[in-house]
Amino acid sequence: MSEANPSPGVATIELPEGVPVVEFKDVSITFDVKPVLKDISFSVERGQTLILLGPAGCGKSVLLKLANGLLGPDSGSIKIFGQEITTMREADLYKLRAHIGMVFHESALFDSLDVEDNVAYRLHEEHMPEDEAHTRVVEALKFVELEQAIDKFPSELSGGMRRRVSIARAIISGPDLILYDSPTGGLDPITSTTIIELVMKQRDVSHTTSLLVTHRLQDAFTLATHRYDAEKGMVALPADGPNHGTDESTKFLMLNEGGVVFHGTTEELVHSSDPWIKEYLS
Amino acid sequence: MALLSPEVWIKQQILAIQEYSILAGTAIADIFTRPHYWADVYTQMDSIGVGSMPIIVLTGFFTGCVLALQSVTALQEFGAVSMTGSLVSLSMVKELGPVLTGLMVSGRNAAGMASELGSMKVTEQIDAMRALGTDPLRKLVAPRLMATVFMLFFLTIVADAFGITGGALVSVYLLGLNGSTYLHDSYRSLAYGDIVQGLTKPLFSGFIIATVGCYFGMKTTGGTQGVGRATTQAVVVSSVFVIIVDLLVTRAMIGIFGS
Repeated sequence: MSEANPSPGVATIELPEGVPVVEFKDVSITFDVKPVLKDISFSVERGQTLILLGPAGCGKSVLLKLANGLLGPDSGSIKIFGQEITTMREADLYKLRAHIGMVFHESALFDSLDVEDNVAYRLHEEHMPEDEAHTRVVEALKFVELEQAIDKFPSELSGGMRRRVSIARAIISGPDLILYDSPTGGLDPITSTTIIELVMKQRDVSHTTSLLVTHRLQDAFTLATHRYDAEKGMVALPADGPNHGTDESTKFLMLNEGGVVFHGTTEELVHSSDPWIKEYLS
Repeated sequence: MALLSPEVWIKQQILAIQEYSILAGTAIADIFTRPHYWADVYTQMDSIGVGSMPIIVLTGFFTGCVLALQSVTALQEFGAVSMTGSLVSLSMVKELGPVLTGLMVSGRNAAGMASELGSMKVTEQIDAMRALGTDPLRKLVAPRLMATVFMLFFLTIVADAFGITGGALVSVYLLGLNGSTYLHDSYRSLAYGDIVQGLTKPLFSGFIIATVGCYFGMKTTGGTQGVGRATTQAVVVSSVFVIIVDLLVTRAMIGIFGS
């Protein structure tokens, strides 16, 4: 894997000590008459990767959209980089989103644009000179090992390639927070592993704070137990250390029926005595 | 389809009117504020204007032909066959040109806008656009609105011209009228108010087609089936409103110009 990580495009947000990157407080949202999330509270510190687990339809993707301001909650407070986004004007949200990268469930690439224009979309919006944007796109595509597909259109790509382009588009501006919405959903196991390795690489090379939604336990535990070795340029199981070598910056948040049923480390999760969690993990 | 209580149905309609008004109002405001996506405006102009040219030319031409054929039968009874040119030009410029162009573009482009934006909505491309810091109303709706209003104006002129030409060909080659008389009569019968009336209508029709098409596209839900439903609704609603607004503009113009 290429170790070159796209250079940051926007200035990194400096947060005061102790202020989490993402903070949900008593957040609830209802669609029609069905409550989807009920009084959700949690926070994500800088450099942390929070894996959101839970059965289908429990509100994981909704939670990600709330974190990006794409949806507004019915009640509660959501702070991103210490700023309250539930009362923020849409114009200010657009500025804040310059620091947030998002990988959508079905990639959400723009059909009418080729890979280069898709990845460079944000740079073009910022009126970056064409040469500089091209260089940055090539860097981002090298990171996801897809530089050969630069001229292709999304319809010419496989599901896994689309997902990788989507990751390249999300990381091109060097965001301070990345939201992954089921990045391995609908992919075969080998391609899923490739995508998870990219997420891991982004985590361990750039130490970007991230929220990752998945319903594949295998992907979640691979992320928690493996590290990307930048020197060797490959994924490796870390030497046995504290917590059996699991990545300490990776935590889990489990949702069920709109509520939080678990929030903690990998060790705490696997040793949980909660019968529902035990059944879910088995 | 599930039956709704009258209360729920009324609430839904009021909500729809509110959402449509916000979309249309924001799109108008976006036209007068920066940034503008001029490349998208030109692309839409090409798609709506140049792309609609063949159907507008054909519709206008054959409508003019039929109008001449039909009117001559009635005019013969009064011995006024020579008035054919006047009747065709007035009908085309004041009414048929703007309305038929509006309906044709509605069928072609309101459907196109609803299906394109609807597909983007259900595949989360609209959300992706917002996540990447772009206002979808500014990027997608405002350019379509500008392009439709601008191009429908000129498409109506093209339809009028081809309608009068079609009427001329039928009058000369099938009905044996004098071509010079036909064209002179056509020109002489058109007053300033007729032209203003005929060219005011496409401005309203263009606004309706673009905003209705984009509205149904942007509120699409329910996958590919939802895209189909949005497309159908966009064509039906925009076509009906083009005709209703045609009536209102006609009445207003009669009030202003007196004929």
